[in-house]
Amino acid sequence: MFGQSREVQQTLKFMSLEIRNLHARIASNGTEILKGLDLIVEKGKVHAIMGPNGSGKSTLSKVIGGHPDYEITEGEILLDGTSVIGMEPDVRSRAGLFLAMQYPMEIPGVSNANFIRAALQARLPEGEELEATDYYANLYSKMDGLEMDRKFTARSVNEGFSGGEKKRNEILQMLMLAPKYCILDETDSGLDIDALRIVAGGVNSYRSPKVGMLVITHYQRLLDYIVPDIVHVLVNGRIVRHGGKELALELEERGYDFIREETAA
Amino acid sequence: MSTELLDAPATQLDIDRSRGDFVYPESHEFDAGTGLSHDTIDYIATVKNEPEWIREFRHKALDTFLAKPMPTHWASHDLENIVFQNIRYYLANAKRPTRSWEDVPDDVKKTFERLGIPEQERKFLAGVEAQFDSEAVYSNIKAAVADQGVIFTGSTEGLIKHPELFKKWFGKVIPTGDNKFSALNSAVFSGGSFIYIPPGVKVKHPLQAYFRINAENFGQFERTLIIADEGSEVMYMEGCTAPKFETATLHSAVVELVAMKGAKIQYVTVQNWSNNVFNLVTKRAIAHEEAEVKWIDCNIGSRLTMKYPGVVLKGRKARGEVISIALAGDGQHQDTGAKMIHAADETTSNIVSKSISLGSGRSTYRGLVHIPKHLKGCKNNTECDALLINPTSRTDTYPAITVRGTGNSSQHEASVSQISQEQIFYMMSRGLTEAQAMSLSVNGFVNDLVRQFPMEYSVELKRLIDMEMEGSVG
Ligand SMILES: Nc1ncnc2c1ncn2[C@@H]1O[C@H](COP(=O)(O)OP(=O)(O)OP(=O)(O)O)[C@@H](O)[C@H]1O
Ligand SMILES: [Mg+2]
Repeated sequence: MFGQSREVQQTLKFMSLEIRNLHARIASNGTEILKGLDLIVEKGKVHAIMGPNGSGKSTLSKVIGGHPDYEITEGEILLDGTSVIGMEPDVRSRAGLFLAMQYPMEIPGVSNANFIRAALQARLPEGEELEATDYYANLYSKMDGLEMDRKFTARSVNEGFSGGEKKRNEILQMLMLAPKYCILDETDSGLDIDALRIVAGGVNSYRSPKVGMLVITHYQRLLDYIVPDIVHVLVNGRIVRHGGKELALELEERGYDFIREETAA
Repeated sequence: MSTELLDAPATQLDIDRSRGDFVYPESHEFDAGTGLSHDTIDYIATVKNEPEWIREFRHKALDTFLAKPMPTHWASHDLENIVFQNIRYYLANAKRPTRSWEDVPDDVKKTFERLGIPEQERKFLAGVEAQFDSEAVYSNIKAAVADQGVIFTGSTEGLIKHPELFKKWFGKVIPTGDNKFSALNSAVFSGGSFIYIPPGVKVKHPLQAYFRINAENFGQFERTLIIADEGSEVMYMEGCTAPKFETATLHSAVVELVAMKGAKIQYVTVQNWSNNVFNLVTKRAIAHEEAEVKWIDCNIGSRLTMKYPGVVLKGRKARGEVISIALAGDGQHQDTGAKMIHAADETTSNIVSKSISLGSGRSTYRGLVHIPKHLKGCKNNTECDALLINPTSRTDTYPAITVRGTGNSSQHEASVSQISQEQIFYMMSRGLTEAQAMSLSVNGFVNDLVRQFPMEYSVELKRLIDMEMEGSVG
């Protein structure tokens, strides 16, 4: 942030999801997974994270979301300037954070429509009821945009969904909950070629100066659709390189080894 | 079961719970005092003006009760805490002990509020008022079905006014000596329903005992007998979701169902006695040829419930079903299950049981499925799933399935699960609080069964589960 005035820095703070020197470990066994990670996702920007298996990408998203499996030992997570450390996951969600998970959970017996409705209802002040007609109108239009069959409203959340259907359902939830910051963890994995285009279209439709996005992926292909402003490479719990979208292309061609070698050197 | 019965919308029954212009006609004030002896039996038979054969029946039953040991070799030792000599076995009308509204525990008051129970009814349920003016509602239901020749009345009226029907089946489905508590009920029973559906009559609206029994102010030793004659159909609803605050700590009902050829009976129970009650119930049906009996049972309240609704599949192609939900909260033990006795060819039975244990709650499933060797083409399906909420919660399963003979089959699935932390995190990451996430999961777990309950019950069941979960998450 060299060269920026205090004022600009301040404004930026309130317009970003900022991760500062984040160290996090697995609560049950103490293994450190995130080892001093820095990242600022500004509103209006799309950041991509790529990185080898096991480097800590999902851990990062879960730590940001407040997953109880992990402990933060150092560093900060600031949502529009406010630390979220110690906040329950639901509070973070209602504050505007959304995680599209790599492995969405199944909730037997709870219909998709009721689930999303409950999540929206949880955002209303006490005593206020979500208007059912508006809700369904909204739900159906978002589903249409994602080319999702109406039958998914009555089905139990993710239960028996195919891999791709689950991912599409994550994006449906994102669109319905209208978060300020979205973390999409391998949303592209499991999607067929057409689905990728449709789901990416849904994500793109949600891009706006009011929304910051962090897209985790292994494949350049997704980034052809959701074109990122910045690409980060996460290796072994740290961001080791930044670049433009061409970095993704380079990674696809050369793999991660060259970065590992360079960082080791 | 027939879709016609299943689809019968319970809500169509136009019940106005706020209306209560009833004044109790005669105010009997009878109290048999505490303790149980042959004198108690004589007192009950005399004040109830019963025929001699019932008096004898009661005396014999008392002997059987006294002779039978407590079933603690297999059941909970908590039974030993019942002090039979401290119990009132017959207490009619105004003599019901009352308390003041201030004495009613806050959580009970809160539950009433959340369930939207009318003021007047709350006081009755909490034991503040001796009576609840539900007679009017009951009369409406009774009148509506009387045109079709349906008899819907109390057990005493049944045995006095319809002896030929009553005598034929009373104590035949469940003999006095079936177990210690069926013997106790046979000795001291009062209240409960007597229902007769004439051949071919399909009762459109569910018959709700809730209103009838409240009007009578009984419920401790209910005795119910339902006879569905050939080709008839009926749905009966017992109990209510609101917690019923009780001073009487022992409840022991006997319910006998008789489904004649091709008849269909659905018996729905929601039990929510307060947590000081021992609820020891015997429920059984006989299904004749091509008859269908379905027990839909939900246990939320009581200290210890022991209840294993059964169907004796006596005629060819008879069908029996038990759908059961149990919620065992702190300090509660829901010991429930089902019995399916196949006694004819091509009979089928289905048992689906789901239990939720939270806090120190314990749920037990006991199943008995019997298909003897000489029968052909019999099928049973048993599914029992238990959900444990806290590390201190407990569940046990004792399925006893004996299937003999070729061409008979039984399918049995059981599962014990816990709500996964990942599932809760997933839901919380969408903005639901931990308690909301828990109740949604739990509601989801029982959802397929709750849907089988009549509408007004299922909505209330959902709310009750929400409240229990709020309590369990702290
Ligand atoms: N709760 C946990 N318990 C044990 N190990 C964990 C846990 N969470 C993460 N790990 C380990 O931490 C490392 C990082 O995992 P993470 O899921 O963040 O990787 P990732 O970068 O998302 O990988 P992928 O590309 O395969 O999705 C892995 O070695 C993983 O096994
Ligand atoms: Mg991952």
